[in-house]
Amino acid sequence: MNYSRTVAGNIGILALQGDVSEHIKAFERAGQELGLQGEIRPVKSPNDLTGLAGLAIPGGESTTISKLIIKTGLFESICRFKGGIFATCAGMVIIATDPGDPRIVSLGLIGMKIERNAFGSQKDSFEADINVKGLDFPYHAIFIRAPVAIECDNGVEVISQIGRGIVAVRSGKHMALAFHPELSNDTRIHRIFLENILDL
Amino acid sequence: MKLEELRYGTELLKRGFASMQKGGVIMDVVNAEQALIAEEAGAVAVMALERVPADIRKAGGVARMADPERVLSIIDAVSIPVMAKVRIGHFVEAQVLQEIGVDMIDESEVLTPADEEYHIVKKEFTVPFVCGARDLGEAMRRINEGAAMIRTKGEAGTGNVVEAVRHMHAIMGGIRALSGLSEQELVSFAREIEAPAEVLVETVRLGRLPVVNFSAGGIATPCDAALMMQMGADGVFVGSGIFHSSMPQKMAKAIVDAVHNFNDPAVIMEVSKGIGDPMRGIDVHTLKEDELLQNRGW
Repeated sequence: MNYSRTVAGNIGILALQGDVSEHIKAFERAGQELGLQGEIRPVKSPNDLTGLAGLAIPGGESTTISKLIIKTGLFESICRFKGGIFATCAGMVIIATDPGDPRIVSLGLIGMKIERNAFGSQKDSFEADINVKGLDFPYHAIFIRAPVAIECDNGVEVISQIGRGIVAVRSGKHMALAFHPELSNDTRIHRIFLENILDL
Repeated sequence: MKLEELRYGTELLKRGFASMQKGGVIMDVVNAEQALIAEEAGAVAVMALERVPADIRKAGGVARMADPERVLSIIDAVSIPVMAKVRIGHFVEAQVLQEIGVDMIDESEVLTPADEEYHIVKKEFTVPFVCGARDLGEAMRRINEGAAMIRTKGEAGTGNVVEAVRHMHAIMGGIRALSGLSEQELVSFAREIEAPAEVLVETVRLGRLPVVNFSAGGIATPCDAALMMQMGADGVFVGSGIFHSSMPQKMAKAIVDAVHNFNDPAVIMEVSKGIGDPMRGIDVHTLKEDELLQNRGW
């Protein structure tokens, strides 16, 4: 492990609403497994983005989080952010070019069309083992009122797809997932993200 | 992926759903119009009701689950999760709400209890439950029955935050007071507060409830909401406080802003300006023992 990279290893978790503490814990664990010393910190205002190599947009309510991103002035700052973005569930809706709902103002950083709550209400939320490109055995994924992507632009790499639609993509430094890797107790996807943005 | 390998209604999915609500405001609504106001204000979910608690107090009689048509009209109106209440112990009302497709069921003391001996066995349901609690023992019993979220009861429909504060002290202070005890001592203490020992030991080890803990019952202003957040709530339920205020749209937005900036007095000051009159409220000390909703459930 090259410890000279540890300065660049700071990761922010967008801390406006949702399961922020779960994301912090998961990134702390993934960082330890990779031998990184970087800081994992909550992001509440544009200044908090300084010095970050990556930003996670957590699960939560996409309508609420998207309103707060605008209100806090984070919208423009995140659009200009040079690091990688790790967007899960609500985050996947918010990062898309087409969030599938006119009530949501999305960041438009990954070219895809989203269908929100694609599986139905909470009683249709599920756990399942899915195949993810780049992982050597299936990933146990937690889908909670999850969205799917129904179309992706060229240049967006689909890394997991199930019957209902696309549930994981990569686009440059960014990743978007319809499920909740922060709840899975399996950091393999976090590590793919970190290895990519930190060039490990 | 084979369909038979999908798992629904697990503990992880229920608690996970509750976690997604953290840092949010859940608002009581009685129709689609109010639900849209709540969503527009930034609520993370709405609670669909026949009447808000302050009106349940006024109306008297038996308060029951809302009409399924009313709940469905609210589900159709908004994209955020919709919750609804059932009477304590009324597992058939819960079956019906699960059938409707609500995202979470509140087994609530605000409605007239249907069973004075048992609460619903919530583990048997696919849909997650939230339950009220006044103290640590009550919270532990509800979690043991399968509640995926706890809300401190407060005193619903009063617009008076004092009971919400009392219950949050009881739970947060209760956990802090136990932090030095050995497992053996905790098991013994669990018997005293009629709590399942396993859940109590886990709670003390974590230093917090093992499920999300919201505050409810009497929150009527942005300051009230921020107070509960600073005391350690993961989020708040606002019942009568929004639609019994003089300017519901402004009050709803202000409470959402206060929750997101609960540690920033400057923001709370700003959002508290010009939002009309909060609900009038009731001094809880003028309520008779049998008028207190919090004493329902055990």
